[in-house]
Amino acid sequence: MIRFDRVAKRYPPGIDALSALSFEMTAGDMLIVSGHSGAGKSTLIKLVAAIEKPTSGAVLVGGQNVGTLSRSALPFLRRRLGLVLQDQKLLFDRSVFENVMLPLSIIGFPPKEAMQRVRAALDKVGLAMREKALPIALSGGEQQRLAIARAVVSRPALLLADEPTAHLDAETAADVARIFHEFHRAGVTVLIATYDGHLFPDARTLRLDHGCSVA
Amino acid sequence: MRERSAWITDAQSPDGCLKFPMNIWLVNHGRALRIALRRLIAAPLITLLSLLAIGVALALPAGGQMLLNNVQRLMGSTSATPQISVFMATDAGRGAATELGARLKKHPAVKQQRFLPREDTLQRMKANAGLREVIDVLPNNPFPDAFIVTAIDDQPATLDLLVEEFRQWPKVAHVQLDSAWARRLEALLRLGRNVVTLLGGLLATGLTAITFNIIRMQVLTHRAEIEVSQLLGATNGFICRPFLYFGALLGFAGGATAWLLIAAAAWWLRTPLDELLHLYEFTYSLQSLSLADAALLLGIATGLGWLGALLSLGQHLRHS
Repeated sequence: MIRFDRVAKRYPPGIDALSALSFEMTAGDMLIVSGHSGAGKSTLIKLVAAIEKPTSGAVLVGGQNVGTLSRSALPFLRRRLGLVLQDQKLLFDRSVFENVMLPLSIIGFPPKEAMQRVRAALDKVGLAMREKALPIALSGGEQQRLAIARAVVSRPALLLADEPTAHLDAETAADVARIFHEFHRAGVTVLIATYDGHLFPDARTLRLDHGCSVA
Repeated sequence: MRERSAWITDAQSPDGCLKFPMNIWLVNHGRALRIALRRLIAAPLITLLSLLAIGVALALPAGGQMLLNNVQRLMGSTSATPQISVFMATDAGRGAATELGARLKKHPAVKQQRFLPREDTLQRMKANAGLREVIDVLPNNPFPDAFIVTAIDDQPATLDLLVEEFRQWPKVAHVQLDSAWARRLEALLRLGRNVVTLLGGLLATGLTAITFNIIRMQVLTHRAEIEVSQLLGATNGFICRPFLYFGALLGFAGGATAWLLIAAAAWWLRTPLDELLHLYEFTYSLQSLSLADAALLLGIATGLGWLGALLSLGQHLRHS
């Protein structure tokens, strides 16, 4: 599903976020990328989602080299991913329901069926009763779950998450981790960059240190 | 259990959109139109001011066009085809007039000729109360027999040659090319039309600039939404569409505002203009824009709004 082949990413002025990183994950895998702050976890997620391009090496997602994708091909890659970013990127002027509806509007889902899907996704993350609320009225944990609902509503084969449990108390973090486990068990390939590796004890872990993989 | 297996199936073939290709186009456009309308309504004061700015900008050339159309219609009854009036000497006699008429008829450059007997002219002039008193004190009919001649070729040079030729004919006292004023008016109308075109071009550029700026503000306001949509796989088309609809709707509504302004101005000016024209013995009522002109105005305004939005998006989305 994902293959990194000697991937390096250098940000100006010469800061290496990733150096010659190689790893592979197959469909249905769950991989935890752990490491200290600045180890290159977020960069790795951004490279998979083609938010950043590698300086050298190849990032293959579903057999496609995403580093060489044209601008017009990007949307079609992103539609196959579920993306939970560190800063969530929720739209605060839209209700919970409308936030989750957005990915389905983008792919042109028929409204009636889309509404059912949105309700199913909100139900899955335990926000069914809050669909009319604005994100600002949600707690940190609820906002995180909203971001997850939005990421999974189009039922992607690959779910990417960057620090999904950051700033959450232990109980809420465990709750969010449980949701990811559920999606993994349902067959979704899950790649999580997290500082809280212990929340996913059964998952394979890729440990990063200053942009390099360590055993 | 059933729900879980559904998640697995869809997770393995996530392209839900491909199942409904027929509807996507309609759903997307309907959605974009709804968003654009919502944005227009969400800031009523800004929308109103924008509409006024666009309306006034469009009303100037469109109003000029309306006035030109009216002048043209007013002068429509008067033929702009040049006519040559050939006046005979008062002592020429009817025989000479018949002879001249026959000569004109045979002339290869003459298209049409009409005889105006001096008695008829006298009667017509007597119909005017002011002139009758003057005419009555005169011992004889002061008017000569006359011919109104239309030429086949109405080029000024040809006409001038014809006038010169007629002047040489016997018993002809005076020859006059009486289309000069009509030509002057036509030239004036042509100039007017050019001014309207120039004004239209300038203000159309202005309208495009207004929309460009409004859309720029919209893009800035919705930057977060644009960024999130891009991350979620929105194409440029999907992101641009609501803005394009917004620009087109703004243009359309601005065009409608211009039309209303012109209609109101026409209504306001109609009575005083009627009175003025009545003093000059004209019966004419000021017409507002025709349906075709109104449709053209709305079409152009919509197109320019869309164009302004398109240029703005090209400029501002490239950097997002």
